[in-house]
Amino acid sequence: MINDSNDNRRYTISLIMVAVCLIYIIRLFSIQIVDKSYLEQSQNNAYLRKVIYPSRGLLTDRNGRLIVFNKSAYDIMIVPREARGFDTLAFANTLGITKADFIKRMGIIKRKSGYSPYVPQLFMSQLSDEEYGPVSEKLYKFNGIYVQKRTLREYNYHNAALALGSIGEVSKKQIEADDFYQQGDYAGQNGIELTYEKVLRGEKGEEILLRDSRGRVKGKYEDGKYDKKPVPGKDIELSLDIELQKYGEELMNGKIGSIAAIEPSTGEILALVSSPTYDPSMLVGRKRSANFAALSKDPLKPLFDRPMMAQYPPGSTFKTAQALVLQQEGIITPNTAYGCQHGFHAGALSVGCHGHESPLNLKHSIQHSCNAYYCCGFRSMIDNRKYKNVSEAIDVWKNHIVSLGFGYKLGADVPNEKRGYIPNSSVYNKIYGENRWKGLTIISLSIGQGEVLATPLQIANLGATIANRGYFYTPHLVKKIKGGEIDSSFITRHNSTIDPKYYDVVVEGMELVMISGTGYYSRIDSIAVCGKTGTAENPHGKDHSIFMAFAPKDDPKIAISVVVENSGFGATWAAPIATLMIEKYLKGEIPKRRKHIEQRLLEANLIKE
Amino acid sequence: MDRRNENILNNIDIWTIGLYIALVIFGWVSIYGASYNFDDSDFWDFSQRFGKQLVWIGCSVVIAAVLLMLDVKIYTTLAYVIYGFFIILLIVTLLVAPDTRGSHSWLVMGPISLQPAEFAKTATCLCLAKYMSSYGFTMKNIRQMVVMCLIIFVPMLIIVAQNETGSALAYLALFLVLYRQGMTGIVLLLGVCAAVFFVVSIRFGATPIVDSIPGENLGMFAIMIMAVVIALSMVYFYYKDKTLVKTISILGVSLFAVGIIVYNYLDVKIKFSYLAYIVVGSLILYLLSQAIRQRKWGYFLISIFVAGSIGFGHVSDYAFNKILQPHQQTRIKVTLGMENDLKKSGYNVNQSMIAIGSGRLTGKGFLQGTQTKLKYVPEQDTDFIFCTVGEEHGFIGTTAVVVGFLALMLRLISLAERQRSLFSRIYGYCVASIIFFHVAINIGMVIGLTPVIGIPLPFFSYGGSSLWSFTILLFIFLRLDASRKEYMME
Ligand SMILES: [Zn+2]
Ligand SMILES: [Zn+2]
Repeated sequence: MINDSNDNRRYTISLIMVAVCLIYIIRLFSIQIVDKSYLEQSQNNAYLRKVIYPSRGLLTDRNGRLIVFNKSAYDIMIVPREARGFDTLAFANTLGITKADFIKRMGIIKRKSGYSPYVPQLFMSQLSDEEYGPVSEKLYKFNGIYVQKRTLREYNYHNAALALGSIGEVSKKQIEADDFYQQGDYAGQNGIELTYEKVLRGEKGEEILLRDSRGRVKGKYEDGKYDKKPVPGKDIELSLDIELQKYGEELMNGKIGSIAAIEPSTGEILALVSSPTYDPSMLVGRKRSANFAALSKDPLKPLFDRPMMAQYPPGSTFKTAQALVLQQEGIITPNTAYGCQHGFHAGALSVGCHGHESPLNLKHSIQHSCNAYYCCGFRSMIDNRKYKNVSEAIDVWKNHIVSLGFGYKLGADVPNEKRGYIPNSSVYNKIYGENRWKGLTIISLSIGQGEVLATPLQIANLGATIANRGYFYTPHLVKKIKGGEIDSSFITRHNSTIDPKYYDVVVEGMELVMISGTGYYSRIDSIAVCGKTGTAENPHGKDHSIFMAFAPKDDPKIAISVVVENSGFGATWAAPIATLMIEKYLKGEIPKRRKHIEQRLLEANLIKE
Repeated sequence: MDRRNENILNNIDIWTIGLYIALVIFGWVSIYGASYNFDDSDFWDFSQRFGKQLVWIGCSVVIAAVLLMLDVKIYTTLAYVIYGFFIILLIVTLLVAPDTRGSHSWLVMGPISLQPAEFAKTATCLCLAKYMSSYGFTMKNIRQMVVMCLIIFVPMLIIVAQNETGSALAYLALFLVLYRQGMTGIVLLLGVCAAVFFVVSIRFGATPIVDSIPGENLGMFAIMIMAVVIALSMVYFYYKDKTLVKTISILGVSLFAVGIIVYNYLDVKIKFSYLAYIVVGSLILYLLSQAIRQRKWGYFLISIFVAGSIGFGHVSDYAFNKILQPHQQTRIKVTLGMENDLKKSGYNVNQSMIAIGSGRLTGKGFLQGTQTKLKYVPEQDTDFIFCTVGEEHGFIGTTAVVVGFLALMLRLISLAERQRSLFSRIYGYCVASIIFFHVAINIGMVIGLTPVIGIPLPFFSYGGSSLWSFTILLFIFLRLDASRKEYMME
């Protein structure tokens, strides 16, 4: 109707369309009429793809003791489209449920998102060997019923629940994030099981079976040419000493708190106790969800991974770090002495101290945990003229403390690690105004109170750094992966910004703590232990008792931190627990002299009902 | 009903309506076949996809009726506004849409999920028609050309970002419309060549020409043959230079005849690609000499095309194997249906061809298809719905569907050509082109002729978004057509 010079192009376009359609019809003619092979293929070409689940990697401790292994479980799957015309009542009876139960379960299955009547749906999960054995023969008779073998976890030791973690049905999120998973699969949900999920899970296999038009299995497709064997997951050797872990959990029984023990020369975590704890086998199998709900409702929070996630003011244990920073900055030398008149007094401000001789040098200030010493030292650093202003001074201080492993996540292989908190200049500038504050304003930092927060793992890591005289390896729970390598970040040495020569006097002070200081009661005769007590102020109740230690003094094998919440002074509870752990680890047993201490601790119940 | 509406109903093209209804009904029957279950036990509550589709169809009827009632002027007046709205909606969707198997294209509002990308096609067609029919528009103005291309590419790129490459590619169909409006056919030819050469170079890049002689590349070989054939056709059509065509054809045929004889009877391992290079080289030299002797640029350009094709083949082969990461390679291979293990799209195509092939002449009968039911092809009632047609209704059914679509497309072209308004004509061509692209790619994929690109078969595939968007696309044109005598819109 509209005249234009391209009128004839309508024919070109029409011709293209006709040509394409003609080619398609010819192709269809060849597929549907000429070529008879498709018809043949169709007659033996209904597949059943059966996933074969790999066995999950095993977990052993550092001495080769098997901790976590697998047991079989059987999921009863139903393909609704194929489950035609079978006796519902007989089927329900076989599984020991009622017909009403059966109808209810089918209703739930059909309402699930992604439901398809052609793919196997999970009807009943995790039958044990004992439950499955008697019914296995009978199930064969029902059309459209398949049994999917899976592996569940079983535990030789009922310890380290949070560190090991558990496996559970994958969430929608996990399925979307990773093609590996299908609805109903299991995957690590926390702890080592989560961090090392990809190592432990292996690779799924697949078996392709042929079915006839009624859905009966007729054999393997092309003799299993396309089948894939599952590749089992890799076994992991943990750095944990499971016997030490068990002992720690027993000692912490009836107390709220944590133990973190590290091998200083490698960063390998020897024990990671969170108390109160629970039996990891509670979260296996069909009782998992009920138990999980009960644990999450428990007011004592057994699911809270205290050594990794609890954050406390480190209290007097932090004085060792202060002693290092003050020396490095040239504020004090081992011979610097400060007086103490039952505390630190400056105008209206007072920080109390307990009775001891005065003045003290650096070594003895650690031994007696003198508050005044660190208030004086810290104040003279922050207000020192060698820095441009207080902001620069606190940032120099902060960088040293961070190099000792505080303020950021250490990067351990346990999920949900917390970073603690170390304030910097901008924090105080925001509160008090640009440089309108001085050493006195923030004096509580000097004794590990106030804004500073640390996790028990970070405190243990400080012990390891002092034990090593200046460096640490990122704490980690995995020692070896069979047929794999551990993350390179775990074999990278982190040097502190403090010169190694400044560590010796701190080590000596910590030794004095055990010989004649606040840790005397918990001393071990045969081992040179270096320790430091601490008390974390708790605004909500009785203070938390903290102890940090390493042993032996030379060539240390273990560094440890113990926190007992609401138990008061560090020497009373945390210190004996730490030295018992050290003795157990280094000697294997507790001598007679200290049996009564062990007994007292095992029996003590500090949790108010 | 007032007079105007009555008038419109009288002027509606009943052929198109009839074809639309027939295709929708056939589509629903196929979905019914794909998802129906025989069991009627009291507790099996089977998926009701065919039931839902019936609801979508009902809604489509309402949508169609409303579109026919609306004043025809709003489509021209609001074309830019509608386009702008959909561009914003596409961007919003990209930002807020949840991750659905890697794609961010679904707007979820409670129980309803919609795919704005489907509807944006209509908006783009309206906008393109409006722009190209505006006063003073000419294919010779560079600035206008740029705007025209932007109208097509902006929504396309957003949809690519949403990870719906298939939907986005459908916009390329609009180049057919540009061709109708005067764009040189060379663009179309080069575009098709580039796509075909790319696919061929990757798909056959590692295949030897002759099994016994490794190291040669069938992909490159095929590209050379295609380039020579296209070049010779161009020489023939533009210059009627029979001598050149004859010379090169005879050279090529005799070279290969000798080559095959030598290879078969004398057992000499000839490199066939060298023969192809000889043919290509001679052709280029001949073209250049003609260009100089006759002072015709065209010869020169054709020789550039031949050389460029060979270069393009090498570059895409190199880029694919050397520059792309292995996982990117895999993704493209999957899209091209080259991952022939039983799990990926290759499996789906293999299965769908078995299903179609087993239908034979008359099919297994309604609801009798076993292939499409027993085994599990995920897109059974969406992208692979054509399988069900093939299996249950055989060659007769599939041919009927193909012919039905062809009739619809040709009818749309003839309707477009009878428009008095340029806007309506361009829009009509847009509708025909988009339907053509979908039909060609979807059916081609199911019968193993085109790459596996996930786009729906118009009016057939399950899903509200797809059915409604095609209904809207089509009925706006029918409304325009019904008023063709009343309004001279420019
Ligand atoms: Zn003293
Ligand atoms: Zn003091």
